[in-house]
Amino acid sequence: MSDAPVVELPVVELPVVELPVVELIDVQKWYGAFHVLKDVNLSVKKGEKVVVCGPSGSGKSTMIRCVNRLEEHQAGRILVNNIELADDLKAIDAIRKDVGMVFQSFNLFPHLTVLQNLTLAPTWVKHVPKKEAEDLAMQLLERVRIPDQAKKFPGQLSGGQQQRVAIARALAMKPSIMLFDEPTSALDPEMVKEVLDVMIELAGEGMTMICVTHEMGFARAVADTMVFMAEGRVIEMAPPEQFFSDPKSERTRQFLGQIIGH
Amino acid sequence: MIKPEDDIHAATAAADVEEPSSAVVPETPLWKPLGWAKSNLFDSVPNTILTLLALFLLWETIPPLLSWGLFHATWSVADGSAAACRDSAGACWALMGEKNRLMLFGVYPYDQHWRPLLATCIVIAMLATSAPRRFWRRELGYAWGVAVVVVAWLMWGGILGLPYVETGLWGGLPLTMGLALLGIVLAFPLSIVLALGRRSNLPAIKAICTGYIELVRGVPLVSVLFMASVMFPLFLPEGVTIDKLLRALAGITLFTAAYLAEAVRGGLQAIPRGQEEAADALGLPYWRKMRLIVLPQALRLVIPPIVNQFISCFKDTSLVTIVGLYDLLAASKAALADPEWRPYFVEGYVIAAAIYWVFCFSMSRYSQWLERQLATGHRR
Ligand SMILES: Nc1ncnc2c1ncn2[C@@H]1O[C@H](COP(=O)(O)OP(=O)(O)O)[C@@H](O)[C@H]1O
Ligand SMILES: [Mg+2]
Repeated sequence: MSDAPVVELPVVELPVVELPVVELIDVQKWYGAFHVLKDVNLSVKKGEKVVVCGPSGSGKSTMIRCVNRLEEHQAGRILVNNIELADDLKAIDAIRKDVGMVFQSFNLFPHLTVLQNLTLAPTWVKHVPKKEAEDLAMQLLERVRIPDQAKKFPGQLSGGQQQRVAIARALAMKPSIMLFDEPTSALDPEMVKEVLDVMIELAGEGMTMICVTHEMGFARAVADTMVFMAEGRVIEMAPPEQFFSDPKSERTRQFLGQIIGH
Repeated sequence: MIKPEDDIHAATAAADVEEPSSAVVPETPLWKPLGWAKSNLFDSVPNTILTLLALFLLWETIPPLLSWGLFHATWSVADGSAAACRDSAGACWALMGEKNRLMLFGVYPYDQHWRPLLATCIVIAMLATSAPRRFWRRELGYAWGVAVVVVAWLMWGGILGLPYVETGLWGGLPLTMGLALLGIVLAFPLSIVLALGRRSNLPAIKAICTGYIELVRGVPLVSVLFMASVMFPLFLPEGVTIDKLLRALAGITLFTAAYLAEAVRGGLQAIPRGQEEAADALGLPYWRKMRLIVLPQALRLVIPPIVNQFISCFKDTSLVTIVGLYDLLAASKAALADPEWRPYFVEGYVIAAAIYWVFCFSMSRYSQWLERQLATGHRR
C-alpha cells in the first residue's frame, strides 16, 4: 500500500529567527524628579554577551537591575523570555528564577555557610530535594574552584572567593541569563583575574550574559556587543572590534581614552 | 651552674628595670593593692574626698544591713507563731517558711497546691532544656506541646480526676510566669509583623502598624490593662464573656508587642539592602526572604534590647493586680494580711523581689550567652 506518489515538496529557505531573550524598548525611569534612564533600547539574543560600560552614575546598574525588577521602570517595555515585566508578580517570579545576578558587593548571606548559600534558593524556590541541591552546589563550587570552602562562612573567605561563591549561588538556580553588576570593582587587583576566569569560562559555555564592567580585556575577549552609556542614555552600541577601534561618538572615544589610557 | 629559678628571677628583675616609666612599679605583691588604691582612689583631693565619702556610706549601711539580714535574723519559728520574730531585732525570714505557699500560689485551693508547684517545675525544666542550642530541634517543639497540655490540665483540672479550679483562683508565681511567658511568646511574632509592616511599601499597612505602635507606646500599661479588662467586654455581644486572665494576657501581649516591634525594627534597619536584593534576585518570595535571610540576621543583632523587653514584660505582669489578679507580688502582699505577720512586710517584699531577680538575672545571663553562641562562625 505504499505506492502513493511521493510528493516532492519545495525546499523553502526559512530565515533563522532569533528571538531576543531580553528586550528593552524605550525604557524610561525616574528617581523622583531625576530622569535616570532615557529611551533605553537594548536587545539581547540567546547566548549573546553584552558588556555595558560608561561613567559612574550613567545608569548602568539601574538598567540591569530593571531586567530582574530590582528596580521598576516607569515607561517603555521590558521583556525577558518574551514575558513582559509589569506588576504581575507571577511574571516577576518566573523571570527571577531564570535570571541570575551577581553584585558588586557580593551580597552573600553571612549567617549561612557557603554550601547553604548555594542550596537555599534551589530548595526554597524550586523545591529541589536537599541531597540533590547539595550535589549541584558541590559541582558548582568545583567549577568556580573552591570546593574545599563549602563548610566555611562567607566572612572567612577572601573577596575573590566570595565573588566566585556569589556566581555559583546564582548558577545554582540554573538560570539561562546572567546579570553582572561590576563584579570585580570591589576586589583587590590580584583577585580580579580569578573571578574573570570563571566568567570567561561561563561565557564559553553559551550563557546569555549582560555584564557591567570596566575590564576592557575581558570585554574584548567575550563581548558580542559593547554598550556605552552616559547620562542615562545608550550612546553607542557596536561589536567590540568596531567599538574599540572606531567608536562613532566623541563621548565614547573620550571615555575609552580615559580608561584604557592608564 | 645556673638554676632555673635564678633565670626567672633575673628575667623578672630585668623586666622591672625596663619599665621605669610606669606610674606604679609594684615592688612586691603586698604593695600592689596599696599602689593601685593610691593611684586610683587617692590620686587627687576631690578623688580622696569621694573615696572617703563612699567608705563612710558603706560603713553606715553594710554592717546594719548584715546585722539585720543575717546576724540577728530569725530563720524559723516554733508552731507557726511570730513571737520569736517579735523578740528579735533582725529580719524575720521565718516568714518564708510559714507563708511560702500563700506567696507562691496565692488563693489557689490550699490542698491542691501540688498542682501549680508541679506545673511550675515542668515549665522551668522545659525552659532549661530549651536553652542550649543543640536542643533546638523539632522534637523540642513536640515536647513543648505535651508540656503545655499537661500544665493546662494541672492548672485547670476538671478531667482525669483533678477537681476544676477556675482561673480567678490562680495566683502567685505560676500566674506571673504564665502571663510573662505567654505574653512574650505571643507578642514576639506580633512584633515581627508590626516591625515589617512599619517598613512596608504599602501605605495602608505602614500606616496601621505605625499608628498602632505609636498609640500603644504612648500610653501606660496600666491603662492598656484597664481597657483590656473594662472596655473590651463592652464590644463583645451580650452573654459572651472573656476570662479575666485572658483579657489581662491580651493587654500585656498587645503592649509588649509594640515595644518589641521597635527593637526588631532596629535590627531590620541594620541589615544592608544588598541582602534583600540578593534574596529577591534569587526569586525568594517575601516571607521566605524575611524568615531565611533578613530576620535571622536582624534578630541576633537585637538580642539585648529584645531580652530587655522580655525582662520588662516579666516585671510588668505585677501590674495585673489592678484588674484583680493575684500575681506573685500581689500574692506576697496578701500573704501578709495575717495580723500576726503583718509587721514583716519588708521581708515579704524582699523575698518577692529576690524571686523576680532570679528570673530576670537568668534571662539576662542567658541572652549574653546566646549572643556569644550566635555570633561565632561568621565574624569577619
Ligand atoms: N535609589 C536611588 N534614589 C535616587 N537616585 C538614585 C538611586 N539609585 C541611583 N540613583 C542615581 O541614579 C543615577 C544612576 O545610578 P546607577 O545606575 O547606580 O549608575 P552607574 O551604575 O552607572 O554608576 C546616579 O546618579 C545615582 O545617583
Ligand atoms: Mg553601578
